[in-house]
Amino acid sequence: MDAAKSFQSPESLFVVHSESARMATETVKVLGCWPSPYVIRARIALNIKSVEYEYQEEDLLGGNKSDLLLKSNPVYKKVPVLLHADRPICESLVIVQYVDEVWASGPAILPSDPYDRAIARFWAIYMDDKWYPRVKEGFFSEGEASKIAFEEADKGLLLLEEAFTKCSKGQKFFGGERIGYLDIALGSHLAWIRVIEKASNVSLIDEAKTPNLYKWAHDFSADVAVKDVLPSTDKLYEFAKLLISVMKGSTPEK
Amino acid sequence: MEDGLILLGYNISMFAMRVRIALDEKGIEYEYREERLDNKSPLLLEMNPVHQKVPVLIHNGKPVSESLMILEYIDEVWKDKPPLLPSDPYQRAQARFWADLIDKKARLFYEYYSKYPQCVIVVFAELIAPHNAYFQIYINGGRRVWFSKGEELEAAKKELMDGLKLLEGELGEKVYFGGDKFGFLDVALIPFYNCFDSFESCGKLRIEEHCPKLIAWAKRCMEKESVSKSFAVAPPSMIDEYILMTRKKNGNTE
Repeated sequence: MDAAKSFQSPESLFVVHSESARMATETVKVLGCWPSPYVIRARIALNIKSVEYEYQEEDLLGGNKSDLLLKSNPVYKKVPVLLHADRPICESLVIVQYVDEVWASGPAILPSDPYDRAIARFWAIYMDDKWYPRVKEGFFSEGEASKIAFEEADKGLLLLEEAFTKCSKGQKFFGGERIGYLDIALGSHLAWIRVIEKASNVSLIDEAKTPNLYKWAHDFSADVAVKDVLPSTDKLYEFAKLLISVMKGSTPEK
Repeated sequence: MEDGLILLGYNISMFAMRVRIALDEKGIEYEYREERLDNKSPLLLEMNPVHQKVPVLIHNGKPVSESLMILEYIDEVWKDKPPLLPSDPYQRAQARFWADLIDKKARLFYEYYSKYPQCVIVVFAELIAPHNAYFQIYINGGRRVWFSKGEELEAAKKELMDGLKLLEGELGEKVYFGGDKFGFLDVALIPFYNCFDSFESCGKLRIEEHCPKLIAWAKRCMEKESVSKSFAVAPPSMIDEYILMTRKKNGNTE
């Protein structure tokens, strides 16, 4: 079902559809950096909709943010930024929803039912605000603090395993047959999850503990909209080592 | 009552207030149930097992949590009422971006306020201040940088004012953040106006002097029945009471 229909009043429907159709042809640019899961989200969304876009790599590790980035995201000065007809949209989940709404004729990213959408949004926030910070804490801290953080991350994954069962309804992805909002939200973290598993010698998405997520992770990574933007574990692992040395050598770059 | 609609809230919860204002704006009837934070109802625990927090909107027995997600849900389900979110995808993205900024910081506020109630200003500064290296270090999982109370307060006051000025800039000459109509972002922010008096007296801030448009906007919002009705059940005295209760609980008396 067309995502646009679920929020438009009948009178404005025709006007917005025409405007959307016109907007869908305007130039698209993404400011990003390849290791960032949040950037990966924006790119997967655009890929799902088969949108052609220009990609600009920002040199964040070197501390050289482009003028365009600073101008487009003055509040956070972070990637990703989506520039559509030169207008900036920031924050990865806001970008994903924007892409879904503008390119409404492509495969839907958010579910069509309002309740399912609310559930998808809920879990995406949970992943970003509650779950992933525990994973990062496990990685960046040591000893007991790290152990506790990873234990909490494990508990979170059990919740996500349950959420997967409910959302997927027996199909391959959170979004059902095709990847959707929640697949993007969690899947964008997969490369870092694998690096952290390797570096910290833990098993997060584990075949025994979270069998559905384990299988889902393989299917997601292989998806045509994902495979070219999700970095390989080896490449990201090298980057992670570099990042840690930069962090230890100087104050964290922001 | 509309199709079995129950809202679980707490009188001074700014997040619950968002939902009450939204439902009243749309003229949707619902049953309100007051929760006690120190004695949560079985219904709340059942409907929001992950966070066990208000607000939760229960529609025909199905729960929706996270205040901004509830606002989006209300917009999508009650399509015959004037929408809170704009219809243009770009404007929607902007509204979501700013609401997310407020929400991100508000979450931190609640998390840290209960730990460090003497730092009301410090944590509220995080409410709407842009990301800043000082606060990243300050709040990142225990890696705390110690400053003298005086320095903390001064730095926090500056952050708070910078944040309010950001919002003042975003409001500009508009009547509401939503333009001519009271909308999503107005609903997201107005409940926090309830705390402005506390912050002014705590930190000796002169908010109106620096952000006159924001104060004028807040007063315009207060003229709306939906807003004044919600504020009436959460007078500043109740907030002071809550602050005292939290301080006592944390062993801080003043």
